[in-house]
Amino acid sequence: MVMTSKMQKIIAETQPMGWILEPQAKELLTECGLGIPKGIVTDSLDTAQKFLAANAGPVVIKAVSADIVHKTEHQAVVTGIQDPDTLAEHMERLLSLKGCSQVLVEEMVSGIEILVGGKNDTQFGPVVVLGPGGTGVELYNDTAIRMAPVKPTDVYSMVDSLGAKPVFQGFRGRPGVNMEALVHLLVTFSGLIMDLEPFFESIDLNPVICTPERCVVADARIMLF
Amino acid sequence: MTISWPTRATEHNPLMNLTCLFRPSSMAVIGVSTSHDSHPANVIYNKNHLRYPVQTFAVNPKGGQLNREPLYRSVADIEIPVDLAVIAVRARFVPEVVSQCIDKGVKGAVIISGGFAESGGRDLQKQVTDMAAGADFPVMGPNCLGIYSPDAVDTFFLPGERIINPKKGNIGFVSQSGGVLVDQMVKFAGEGIGVSSAVSIGNKACLRETDMIDWFEQDLATRVIAFYIEGFDCREGRDFIKRAEACSKPVVVLKAGKTARGSAAASSHTASMAGDYRVFSQIMQQHCVAEADTEYELTSFCEALSCYPRGIFGNVGIVSVSGGHGVVAADACGHHGLDIPKIGASTAAAIRSRLSPEIREIAALDNPLDLTGSCVDADILTSVRHLSRDQNLDCILALLLPYSPGISADIGAKLSQVARNEGKPLIAYVPKEDKYKIITEGFALNKIPVASSVEGAVLMAKALKRCRPW
Repeated sequence: MVMTSKMQKIIAETQPMGWILEPQAKELLTECGLGIPKGIVTDSLDTAQKFLAANAGPVVIKAVSADIVHKTEHQAVVTGIQDPDTLAEHMERLLSLKGCSQVLVEEMVSGIEILVGGKNDTQFGPVVVLGPGGTGVELYNDTAIRMAPVKPTDVYSMVDSLGAKPVFQGFRGRPGVNMEALVHLLVTFSGLIMDLEPFFESIDLNPVICTPERCVVADARIMLF
Repeated sequence: MTISWPTRATEHNPLMNLTCLFRPSSMAVIGVSTSHDSHPANVIYNKNHLRYPVQTFAVNPKGGQLNREPLYRSVADIEIPVDLAVIAVRARFVPEVVSQCIDKGVKGAVIISGGFAESGGRDLQKQVTDMAAGADFPVMGPNCLGIYSPDAVDTFFLPGERIINPKKGNIGFVSQSGGVLVDQMVKFAGEGIGVSSAVSIGNKACLRETDMIDWFEQDLATRVIAFYIEGFDCREGRDFIKRAEACSKPVVVLKAGKTARGSAAASSHTASMAGDYRVFSQIMQQHCVAEADTEYELTSFCEALSCYPRGIFGNVGIVSVSGGHGVVAADACGHHGLDIPKIGASTAAAIRSRLSPEIREIAALDNPLDLTGSCVDADILTSVRHLSRDQNLDCILALLLPYSPGISADIGAKLSQVARNEGKPLIAYVPKEDKYKIITEGFALNKIPVASSVEGAVLMAKALKRCRPW
């Protein structure tokens, strides 16, 4: 894969801070062809409410702040917002959080939550991590790790080795993950982290929401050297 | 727009000829003492001079005598060409000695001396690395025991009467740590496993794990390359994996330092989930390098892979003359991630029709097969022959209890022949007792691996599963 000038610009701009905020991380992922939810970054309640009105379903809002690395711990994410008043109430609170001058408003996608990660390992260089996602990742302790770049067969063997394999395949009547989309995601992502090798320490795409149709990166955090 | 990112710092060296280190015709031991008989250099000089087919010269810059023979003051004074220099002088003198060796045209060196990167002497070590690289001069160490090649050379500074040397065999064993190397050699010797060479690479200032894969791959005496690994330097793991993956011989690793360190400060879920050892282990699996979980497994893995260099998917058929042993083996298979699939109806029918009349009705032909204590050699041969032809299976375990009166002393040799003809991996369990040695040898001499416990036999199948199926 080739780094576009836009990708290089994002990295150059964020390097002094040590990590890439969610909106820019998502821009970077979009550049290399990965799917993200529809959304906007704004400080205007009016704009946010217009987005909600135009959106078919509920939205999620998140604080965009250089001071907040772990959003859950600061209650900086609100999901399932359906009406303008609730949106206004939460938006006001998020904008009062430390360093937060804008919020990210996005369509809410539901499906299976997985973690796709990248680590710049001292001994092996960039490695890709896959497992069940969400906020309880450390509790599940269920991950498959491969050296980047990965091939499509690696992705199948990664899923195969997980305890959560039945969930990926569709468990108890719930639909599973679209494997073609997952393969595309992991192969592309593993190529990206090879290119990012000189810059990144670790990357969390968590959660990536998987439906029978697609895989959407709902949250992304890129830690730089 | 195409951008070129910085290239990796540790590109792999081209293959050096290391015959000078592993099978030298002549060697100089530099740093022998005229006053301390137990000095490491003296031990090395004595054992090679007295017991190995290598012309050995003792060197000490101060001159003097050892064993009533005059010492050489410098390697330059030795009258004939020298293949190997074993350097055991104080660290600060090492660069000068290396330089003398290069000038003399010595072909390679083992540096026993400590006092380099392991204790703050990084600059001194770099000096040696640079000199060696500049002259294409292969160096093992420093801070190592060096090389033991049965019937060729032994640079270990441990007195011969104190160590247990494994016999000559086909495992090339490489360890960073000299202590672990010696310990593992004792275990190999205990299990009757032989080595082609055993190497401690110490600080690996010049020759590293990847070079050892290169050497042992082309070494005809080696069938399996085994490593005890403490850790890789920056990105070295990636080079190792690439080399191991391309290697035509099985590579086995045992990792030290598996416990998680300091992940508390991890800045992301990924970093906290992908600890050093988990990354190591899963990558070994991804690239079909057989990782042994324990020292005990390492021994079993080496033995199995020296007989069968190709991997399996892990569908095991078990033949036993005791139902109990079959169950124990099945449990162990489950524990180690091996499957015991149902055997085909045609396989069971083919076996049953050929069993001796005494057991035809009582033998249980589900996997594991229980031929009962009344079976005879021919029943076991028949079962293994037809299980080998079953498409559902890719490995056969034969649990042989020689207490059973129908089993003869020839069963090892006879069953080996069946396995050779059928071409499917067979692993035998025979209790380790002197009186059953004829059975064990019947297998071993035909390169069929034999375990001395049921668990050991299962570990051998696990070794095959951890290799790449071709």
